[in-house]
Amino acid sequence: MSMTPPLTIPDKSRKMPQGIYMLGNILRFLARTPTSLFGIVVLVLLLLMATFAPLLATHDPYVQNLNNVLQPPSMAHFFGTDELGRDIYSRLVHGSRITLTIITLVTLVVGPIGLLFGTVAGYFGGKIDMVLMRITDIFLSFPSLILSLAFVAALGPSLNNAIIAIALTAWPPIARLARAETLTFRNADYISAARLQGASSARIIWHSIVPMCLPSVIIRLTLNMATVILTAAGLGFLGLGAQPPLPEWGAMIATGRRYMIDHWWLVTFPGIAILAVSLAFNLLGDGLRDALDPKQMNRR
Amino acid sequence: MTRNRRFMHVLGRQSLSILVTLFGLLVLTFVIGRVMPADPVRAIVGEDATREVYEHVFRQLGLDRPMWQQFVFYMRDVVTFDFGNAVRTGQPITSDLARVLPATFELATFAILIGAGLGAPLGVIAAVNKDRWIDHLVRVLSLLGHSMPIFWTGMIALLIFYAGLGWVGGSGRMSQFYIGMVPERTHFLLIDSALAGQWDVFRSALNHIILPAALLGYSSAAYITRMTRSFMLDQLNQEYITTARVKGLSRRQTNWRHAFGNIRVQLVTIIALAYGSLLEGAVLIETVFAWPGFGQYLTSNLLIGDMNAVMTCVLVVGVIFIALNLMSDILYRVFDPRTK
Repeated sequence: MSMTPPLTIPDKSRKMPQGIYMLGNILRFLARTPTSLFGIVVLVLLLLMATFAPLLATHDPYVQNLNNVLQPPSMAHFFGTDELGRDIYSRLVHGSRITLTIITLVTLVVGPIGLLFGTVAGYFGGKIDMVLMRITDIFLSFPSLILSLAFVAALGPSLNNAIIAIALTAWPPIARLARAETLTFRNADYISAARLQGASSARIIWHSIVPMCLPSVIIRLTLNMATVILTAAGLGFLGLGAQPPLPEWGAMIATGRRYMIDHWWLVTFPGIAILAVSLAFNLLGDGLRDALDPKQMNRR
Repeated sequence: MTRNRRFMHVLGRQSLSILVTLFGLLVLTFVIGRVMPADPVRAIVGEDATREVYEHVFRQLGLDRPMWQQFVFYMRDVVTFDFGNAVRTGQPITSDLARVLPATFELATFAILIGAGLGAPLGVIAAVNKDRWIDHLVRVLSLLGHSMPIFWTGMIALLIFYAGLGWVGGSGRMSQFYIGMVPERTHFLLIDSALAGQWDVFRSALNHIILPAALLGYSSAAYITRMTRSFMLDQLNQEYITTARVKGLSRRQTNWRHAFGNIRVQLVTIIALAYGSLLEGAVLIETVFAWPGFGQYLTSNLLIGDMNAVMTCVLVVGVIFIALNLMSDILYRVFDPRTK
């Protein structure tokens, strides 16, 4: 990090509580709408479930018990057992860790890449903009699942490759958004001021443009998470994501499919888990958009 | 005259940009199909092929040549529609695609009819009753459609409506019994059987398509509803609506004739895009319903690692997407008076 001029230090220290204050405001706004509240509750539950998975699970998610296969839900096995006698409830609980890993890694990769592409294209404009946006367009000309399929096919099916594939296909909308945001304040006075003071382009982008893009990018990332979860589950279902015996929800549905007609619980519970989490992200994203966009707030 | 010239100018720029995108598409599919796999030859010949076979295929694929030459050959193949044979069927990939694509188009068309027929009115109703209970209901319903893993919903629907209630046909396009009985003209089974007057085949086909199409339709209705709602809100907030109301027109007239009339163009472009993303849902839903279409073709080739066939499928999807984008763009220009 370069040296920070002393003047900005009090600025930053004032910003921090303000940020927390804003976050509190947003949370309060979200808590007032029942749909967003539902989203928050589900996601908090998901976090708790992933954190305390070993405590919450009643059985080892990997231990097979061939004397006890395909048992219907009961007190011993809340959601029944699968074709290898594994406890489905415990597998679901441990599967939440995989889901969270996927979301986190994809977001960590997609956010910065999208921001970099978008802000650079928007800030410099001209040929750089044209080339970068052309690349973005090409990626956007595939439905994301199909492009992920292609990447996984090339890299070989595994959880890690599925994450890479999803990340490779999920950044273009973020880049588009960051570019559009950048364009709106590229010519603002404070940017010119920074430039006149001799700040380098990289510095201007990092210090003055990226922070301005962050709120909308974060909303978009939240909204994207639902898509990410569905794509990951879809890849798992097709056998291209997490491999057995990993308790990934999509893969659990895929293996349960063969026994579905007589043993409904094999596919039903993992599906409900996927649906609940992706719905939660969609509801939260929807609420966030309303909370952070005053124009939308009045219009709704 | 000038309007026409401007239109031609726009069209020219458009086609140039499409050519660039198409080229990029080729680069991308080339990179994914030929450069990224660790060993494309192994994927074709399998683990225990002899050294001669391996070498033969290696040369056949042109892997002994420099990368740029490989790309030139790839471009030549694409331009001449020579994509080689699929490993699984032994047939040329192009003729395979010609066989499977109509089944998917039939499914997607049926689905988009359901999706648009359901989504647009729901969106209007939600916008008109903004913040009332019906708006919230529509919003939750559409978010639900957005959030469901369609392969799972498909299985649950099969479980309920096929295995449980017996209301609909199971997997495939029609009952085994009828396969090959209808002369193929349009390759759309519903139309073909109706043309031939074979109504029992028609009924069987309808029975089989209704469930996957309804599910796909619901997922695209979710998107269409949300977009319609926000377009409508944009219109309803404008002053001409108030003016029309003041002049004594009824709510029904301003809602449907004025506001809805003005969003039709936007709606068409949205529906075109929704049609494209149905291809994505089709990959999953076709696997569940054993629908002999494009999605199943793609995934079955994927699972045996036939990269050539897979990348051809991906390329086709890309081209269809670009075409749909272009179409919606042109529709926009033709029908929106403001662009003239």
